[in-house]
Amino acid sequence: MHRDAVLQALVLVAVVAGMVWLVGNVQSNLERQNINSGFGFLSERAGFGINQTLIDYTEDDSFGRVVVIGLLNTLLVSILGILFATLLGFSLGVARLSRNWLISKIAMVYIEIFRNVPLLLQIMFWYFGVLRNLPSPRQALSVGDAMFISNRGIVVPWLEAGAGAMWYGLGLLALAAGFIWLRRRALNAKLTSGQPTQVWRPLLVLALALFGAAAVMAGVPFALDVPQLKGFNFRGGVTVIPEFVALLLALSLYTAAFIAEIVRSGINSVNKGQREASAALGLPESLALRLVVIPQALRVIIPPLTSQYLNLTKNSSLAVAIAYPDIVSVLAGTTLSQVGQAVEIIFVTMMIYLSLSLFTSWAMNRYNQRMAFVGNAT
Amino acid sequence: MQMFRKLCVGFMVLAAANLLAMPAVQAAGETLEIVTKRGHLKCGVSQGLPGFSTPDNRGNWTGIDVDFCKAIAAAIFNDPSKVKFTPLSAKERFTAIQSGEVDIIARNTTWSMHRDTALGIDFPVVNYYDGQGFMVRADLGVTSALELDGATLCTNQGTTTELNAADYFRANGMQYEIVAFEKADESIAAYNSGRCDAYTTDHSALYAQKLKLSQPKAHIVLPEIISKEPLGPLVRQGDSSWNDLVRWTHYATVAAEELGVTSKNIDKMKASSNPSVRRLLGLDGSFGSNLGLSKQWAVNILRAVGNYGEIFERNVGVKTPLGIQRGVNALWTKGGLQYAPPIR
Repeated sequence: MHRDAVLQALVLVAVVAGMVWLVGNVQSNLERQNINSGFGFLSERAGFGINQTLIDYTEDDSFGRVVVIGLLNTLLVSILGILFATLLGFSLGVARLSRNWLISKIAMVYIEIFRNVPLLLQIMFWYFGVLRNLPSPRQALSVGDAMFISNRGIVVPWLEAGAGAMWYGLGLLALAAGFIWLRRRALNAKLTSGQPTQVWRPLLVLALALFGAAAVMAGVPFALDVPQLKGFNFRGGVTVIPEFVALLLALSLYTAAFIAEIVRSGINSVNKGQREASAALGLPESLALRLVVIPQALRVIIPPLTSQYLNLTKNSSLAVAIAYPDIVSVLAGTTLSQVGQAVEIIFVTMMIYLSLSLFTSWAMNRYNQRMAFVGNAT
Repeated sequence: MQMFRKLCVGFMVLAAANLLAMPAVQAAGETLEIVTKRGHLKCGVSQGLPGFSTPDNRGNWTGIDVDFCKAIAAAIFNDPSKVKFTPLSAKERFTAIQSGEVDIIARNTTWSMHRDTALGIDFPVVNYYDGQGFMVRADLGVTSALELDGATLCTNQGTTTELNAADYFRANGMQYEIVAFEKADESIAAYNSGRCDAYTTDHSALYAQKLKLSQPKAHIVLPEIISKEPLGPLVRQGDSSWNDLVRWTHYATVAAEELGVTSKNIDKMKASSNPSVRRLLGLDGSFGSNLGLSKQWAVNILRAVGNYGEIFERNVGVKTPLGIQRGVNALWTKGGLQYAPPIR
């Protein structure tokens, strides 16, 4: 026991000393080679354009803002990717176990194709394969003259919010609070009296009242911004760029195949007797799956599912191949070559991915603890 | 057993730290010594830009930048084949030279003040004067870059191109959208498939990339040149003898063109009584040994790759698929910018 502690302390000292030596070595080498160092560049003018920014950005903004924009773009594609991959993956995993031969085989073929083709190839396929077949903006496919699909992306109308839109925002918040309260009331009523209580009808009444009030306070401060073809491209509305669509599609479809297998193994791990017991209680198969099987399967599903979420987030860095402006592209790509400080920039990029992954793990672990507790209550 | 495992972990951490550490910096004169000892030159080039550095159908690298490294190898080893080429993307190149992965980079790289002063690198010389331009589909009906308001531009990431485009559109009060790819091949593919209205990069590269399009004739290069792009080789800062060697390798080819010495007439020229020719060919003076090379250094260069005019015409000139005129890259005596200080 005592010797163990000494050894651990020795290793710790070695690690710390190694790191100190490493940092010092890098610093002195950078200095000797006359290479700029430090993080001063973050406040300098970036000077280049980015084609998808979730917050306002011009060339006059700083490299620091570029970091935020890249991070938001990574988050956007990762969060939506996780959402779609989970929905599709669960459906496929359940379909894979279906007693219907055709459905089960379709799911199997999907899974085997998508998890066995390298992701980079899939991204390239969705990007170049689909892009090549889309028309130019002047021949764009139009949906009701409001939404246009071309090789510049999908342009959709957008609501421009004017002064007073804040009242509507407050209304929406109040509505969300109302929804939570109504749900809780319904649950309590069901637990005490066993009677179902209305949720949706009072919610509708509340919504009408709140938005009516907002309209009285502020009128209608929204203008519909419909895209129009002007010169080379559409102006107005919001453009979903093809790079984003291709990346999201590839990430979701690829990860869904893995999630499907995880879900299948999770469901298979639940004792057959559980299903038979639910059938004996008279639960239809869909309800048995939702109320009995999946809650138990989740205990097995969540840990590997977390790994898939982490993979998806990290895989989103393949965006560089198709010019989607994610954090690797704008920071470890353009910023790195404009500033030239590889050590600092790669460090920041690594720290960002590390933080994202640790946060995802933390959130999923908490969810896992909750599920595990419920499951073990037997 | 457990103790053994823990020791192993400790060693692994130290090993990893060692890997991460940067190599020692070369002091003055060391690069030539290292290259000579190694027996070949390590040269960073582009990942494939016709006319500058691209592998031909037999896998041999060709182009102006490739010839530059061959010339240096010829000057050092009297053998132009003693070069190992490393293809680098635009964003990898500076890290590659800083970390000592290559001895020189000849990768159509723009000499800018920031790069020269902040990255620990030096630009010894300019081997091609270029400027940024635009290529569009001919049927778009655009004849000037000033008509590109609202256009989408495809370009390469990690270049001065992204900044120049931003400056140009802003200065002319025009809007644009930029799609920046990591590799030149992907950006030209995206342009080819209609993702962008225009492809923008250095003028010479526009002509080179045009050849990769499915229908090269259906595209035109717009006349505007929106920036100065002096392209040249680059080396690590701190070894000025190596810097000199690289610089004078280029000047030897320019001086040879000026004096009418070519790869073909070089043996005849050795009989010349012109003192400038005699100094260039190492018949008089000790210019080679001052560079740490043999007396024959320039002869070896010229035998291997020819003079500047020959290099230009062979790789990008009017008789090549690129069909580029000498323009500003003509000798100063013909109204161009290529000018070698006197060898004396």
